[in-house]
Amino acid sequence: MPLTLPFRPRRETYPPDMWTKCPSCSEMLFNKHLAKNLRVCGTCGHHFRISAKARLDQLLDPGTFRERDEGLASRDPLGFVDSKPYADRLVAAQLATGRRDAATWGFGALGGRRVAICALDFGFMGGSMGSVVGEKVTRAAEGAFVERIPLIVVSASGGARMQEGTLALMQLVKTIGALERLRAAGLPYISVLADPTTGGVFASFAALGDVNVAEPNALIGFAGARVSAGTIAEELPPGFQRAEFLFSHGFVDRIVTRADLRDELALLLALLRPAGATDDASGSVRRG
Amino acid sequence: MVDRLLGRPRDRETAPSAPPPPEDPRDAVWARVQLARNPRRPHTLELVGHITDAFVELHGDRLFGDDGAIVGGPARIDGRRVMIVGHQKGADTDENIRRNFGMGKPEGFRKAIRLFELAERLGLPVVTFVDTPGAYPGAEAEERGVADAIARSIGAMCRLRVPIITLITGEGGSGGALAIAAGDVVVALENAVYAVISPEGCASILWRTPEKAPDAALAMRMSAQDQAELGVIDRVVAEPGEGAHVDAAETGRRLRAVILEELDGLAALSPDELVAKRGGRYRVFGAFDDLGVTEPIPGAADRPGLADRLRRALEPVGKSVGDALGGRTGRDGRDARDAREGRDAREGRDAREGRDEPPAREEV
Repeated sequence: MPLTLPFRPRRETYPPDMWTKCPSCSEMLFNKHLAKNLRVCGTCGHHFRISAKARLDQLLDPGTFRERDEGLASRDPLGFVDSKPYADRLVAAQLATGRRDAATWGFGALGGRRVAICALDFGFMGGSMGSVVGEKVTRAAEGAFVERIPLIVVSASGGARMQEGTLALMQLVKTIGALERLRAAGLPYISVLADPTTGGVFASFAALGDVNVAEPNALIGFAGARVSAGTIAEELPPGFQRAEFLFSHGFVDRIVTRADLRDELALLLALLRPAGATDDASGSVRRG
Repeated sequence: MVDRLLGRPRDRETAPSAPPPPEDPRDAVWARVQLARNPRRPHTLELVGHITDAFVELHGDRLFGDDGAIVGGPARIDGRRVMIVGHQKGADTDENIRRNFGMGKPEGFRKAIRLFELAERLGLPVVTFVDTPGAYPGAEAEERGVADAIARSIGAMCRLRVPIITLITGEGGSGGALAIAAGDVVVALENAVYAVISPEGCASILWRTPEKAPDAALAMRMSAQDQAELGVIDRVVAEPGEGAHVDAAETGRRLRAVILEELDGLAALSPDELVAKRGGRYRVFGAFDDLGVTEPIPGAADRPGLADRLRRALEPVGKSVGDALGGRTGRDGRDARDAREGRDAREGRDAREGRDEPPAREEV
């Protein structure tokens, strides 16, 4: 039994424990080592989920990230209340993560090349897409469009945010519309699918990368596995909705470990650079 | 950046004439959900029969097969050629099995894309009929990329250089509906509903029991009237008598008049204007504030407070191994987390609640 102390934690935060047990191989991992290993289990290779900030730190050249629109916050358009009000859930998630919503976007350099990048944070209400996430992904695509640079979106999300109703659903069209304009302009878009990428996020911008890159064993699918297993009485194939399953069915180009992700993306950016863009990596970097 | 949400005032057909609204708003919206799902309600092919003078159904996606849950083909309405695409539910159990209860599979959405692109080549306006509980959630749909097919169908609608009129005639169920619902104009029948997830699925996740579906239906404001207020639906068409099921022919006549009127309205726009205007229609959806750059979130410091540190120091290590950044890929981990103290159970639910699809579909 855990000790129950007569006071509540001041806020809900990621517990800074010394040790973490790998849920895959049960190895006890020293947190400092885990962090050094990009939060990948050194024993079995299990990829732990990471925050949007950690993701951007890992991928972008140090000191190059300039966040945009960090102040966007949802307005609870429906006045949604279930067992507790959506407004309260938002506040709790904001306190837990220190972020206004589940997406972070901005400009940065990856391997010396300027990109527009957006990362989702599963720790904020399951990374779910409401108005703010949809707006930030859209603005990232529009930022790439305006600067004529590539777009990278790193997804980790359970899908559309139910508490925003059909306005969350409309974000699918909004984000896809922005990607269509990017595509028409001849600019590349790389979608990185981390664990998990499901529902309305997978059924919109996450599925539509010119290149789809997934982390090993990431859960990727449209309907939750329990939907398929529970109500449609059929045997689920082994590895159902895992990155490798998507790969073998042709919906993911590459499965890349976290340690290799940055180099892989840098190489892809070099090979897929938009027509007319300079090949000189350092020359294309602008701060700002 | 203030409210991007409501914006355009909507012209609406006259308000509900039919069922006298029950007292409880929850019962009222639930009655509409039941009407939208009524098996005697006219489905797409029946409505198309009443609306069009000629219609030839086309089959197959040219990639895998033909999906009976999504139908379509060229048609003529009052001398004007259009392309029809719609979900098709069955009128009885046998047909429903054949039609998969109107739940589209990847090949259905890819057939829709094929017909959209054909319409564009021939300059035919597109009319879509939306009536589905949602996309098919089975393993075979995942294998063939149902999310990819939905996303690409929405993408095709975004760039299509011909007018698109969307009619929500029954259930507008989540991504499976939206895949063919991204029109220039979105019209709904009075008793149609539109939601991001089925009310049963929403209730199962947020209330932990599908029996709370009426509460979920109310909270999601899924009735056509509520959706019109949100701007998601442009126009609500009154149904005859107690609902469309009592007079399919009259329902068809009313829809036909609306289609012709909207076609006239869109005919004035050039293809570029159409695409730009459609892009603008969806670009503004969202309800958020911009609170500015530097404002830190009150209470969210980098360092845990004394109480947290004390508490953690006293907690046995084995109990606090959870990694709130996401302990484990999948439900086992979440359930394990749920089993821990109440605080973590709440987090576990928060982690799940973004699901777009229900963990259980009662109705299908």
